[in-house]
Amino acid sequence: MQTLAAGRPAVSGAGRGKSLRVLPGFKLTLAFTLFYLSIIVLIPLSGLFAKTLTLDWQHFVAAVSSPRVLASYRLTFGASFIAALVNTFFGLVIAWVLVRYEFFGKKLIDALVDLPFALPTAVAGISLTALLATNGWVGSLLEPYGIVLAFNPNGVVIALTFIGLPFVVRTVQPVLEDCEQELEEAAMCLGATPWQSFAHVIFPTIAPALLTGFAMAFARGVGEYGSVIFIAGNMPMVSEITPLIIIGKLEQYDYAGATAVASVLLVASFAMLFVINALQTWQRQRLGASS
Amino acid sequence: MNGESRHPGKRAARSEPAWVRWALLTLALAFVFLFLLLPLAAVFVEAFRKGLDSYVSALAEPEALSAIGLTLLVAVVAVPCNLVFGVSAAWAIAKFEFPGKSALTTLIDLPFSVSPVVAGLVYVLMFGAHGWFGPWLMAHDIKIIFALPGMVLATTFVTFPFVARELLPLMQSQGTDEEQASIVLGASGWQTFWYVTLPNIRWALLYGVILCNARAMGEFGAVSVVSGHIRGQTNTMPLHIEILYNEYQSVAAFAVATLLTLLALVTLLVKSLAEWKFERQQRTAQTLSPERPVSP
Repeated sequence: MQTLAAGRPAVSGAGRGKSLRVLPGFKLTLAFTLFYLSIIVLIPLSGLFAKTLTLDWQHFVAAVSSPRVLASYRLTFGASFIAALVNTFFGLVIAWVLVRYEFFGKKLIDALVDLPFALPTAVAGISLTALLATNGWVGSLLEPYGIVLAFNPNGVVIALTFIGLPFVVRTVQPVLEDCEQELEEAAMCLGATPWQSFAHVIFPTIAPALLTGFAMAFARGVGEYGSVIFIAGNMPMVSEITPLIIIGKLEQYDYAGATAVASVLLVASFAMLFVINALQTWQRQRLGASS
Repeated sequence: MNGESRHPGKRAARSEPAWVRWALLTLALAFVFLFLLLPLAAVFVEAFRKGLDSYVSALAEPEALSAIGLTLLVAVVAVPCNLVFGVSAAWAIAKFEFPGKSALTTLIDLPFSVSPVVAGLVYVLMFGAHGWFGPWLMAHDIKIIFALPGMVLATTFVTFPFVARELLPLMQSQGTDEEQASIVLGASGWQTFWYVTLPNIRWALLYGVILCNARAMGEFGAVSVVSGHIRGQTNTMPLHIEILYNEYQSVAAFAVATLLTLLALVTLLVKSLAEWKFERQQRTAQTLSPERPVSP
């Protein structure tokens, strides 16, 4: 009874081997989970790697390092990086405002932040294009100043900024909410300026979450297709993203080339998933140590 | 002193000066306006640019209707599959300890970071004419790629983690006390899940399902690779939007887009509702807690 009242045996560890056996369904749910994961995700993905291994080396290298493909890597990774940076800054500002201030429409904005998660990418793509084209609401305002944001790499950055917006806000927001106010007050009492208390008290606490959000936004941007192709203009060497290269090769029935480029993207996703995981572990440790 | 200075439930001290507060607020609102509100408004303005009649006729077109039907059909298969998987995975991971648990959690997240185009491609490599099972499928006259099954598979892949991701943190934080009590009191496993676990997770589950559904209906990249773009046959709503847009039928494209946008807005609404319900549940749990046996 004591352990039951004390709560969370799954975490507490005391007598967990015994108490956990009480619940049924472990074998069934785990078996189904593994089976479903395998047929939907793991086997198809290993199929891609198996296909990559059947390609001959020279063909593979030629496919993944032709000038047009290299230009697409630069654009995809570069634009994702810039968009993730923009999102890290504005995401922090939005999370900060949502957590610490009261203002009219706060609930609405909090809900709207998830819009890029829920809005189909194709809809986002045509809508942003309509806004930024030279006859659009925003594009027509900027055109006299010679600023063109659609149908060039700027458009890619803007689409990826839209897509990645929720990640930083949603990773930083809960950490900022849990940020201990006492620490901040203590810093103030000890004579810290607001900037000092941000830089030395708040920022170190939220830094892991900020980095995680950055990495997630970046990872999402690298793979993004739907919203980008409408606004990018898709000129080879200039504004053609890597996923579009894969589609182009598929449309020419160049399955080997498409697979080769896709394997590069997939390895990049694995690497980023690994980094995100490591960051999340770091964040948990940091939070666990502080509380 | 510490106890007195705290106002429970309210952030008392805001250390930053007023001008900083206003600057940050303006910055945040401007960004939200430019990047979220304007694109949202643009969808509806563009759709009604030529009036209600052309909006309605764009939606009543046979090709639009068949795209809507196909989108619903794909979601009707993909979402329940991911729902069953999500609940089952969350139960196994949140309620039990086993080796390899964190690796499994990572693998469930994998489809999040795989490009939708790559997701579509892996199924082409499996089931396409040149794929691993292509010759066998051709011999038995089964069509997966450029047909409905391929689109369902690609959609399932892309929306794979959503339900599990919503449930996992919640079920992990809830622990196993209530389920254990229920089992000890003689309930069966199903009864325990149905009457104890499900009421605790229903709002997160609802949001997970509705988000999964929104993404399933809106999936573009992966479905585009496996669909083959056969008009009136393998075009879902996002693909139909692309075709219309590329044919400069902007109003029709945005008209179809409004339907998906409304779906997205409903999704956000359900999320806010779920969060509100969850907070209320937490508060009731807090007010009830003194009646519980006091733990040492």
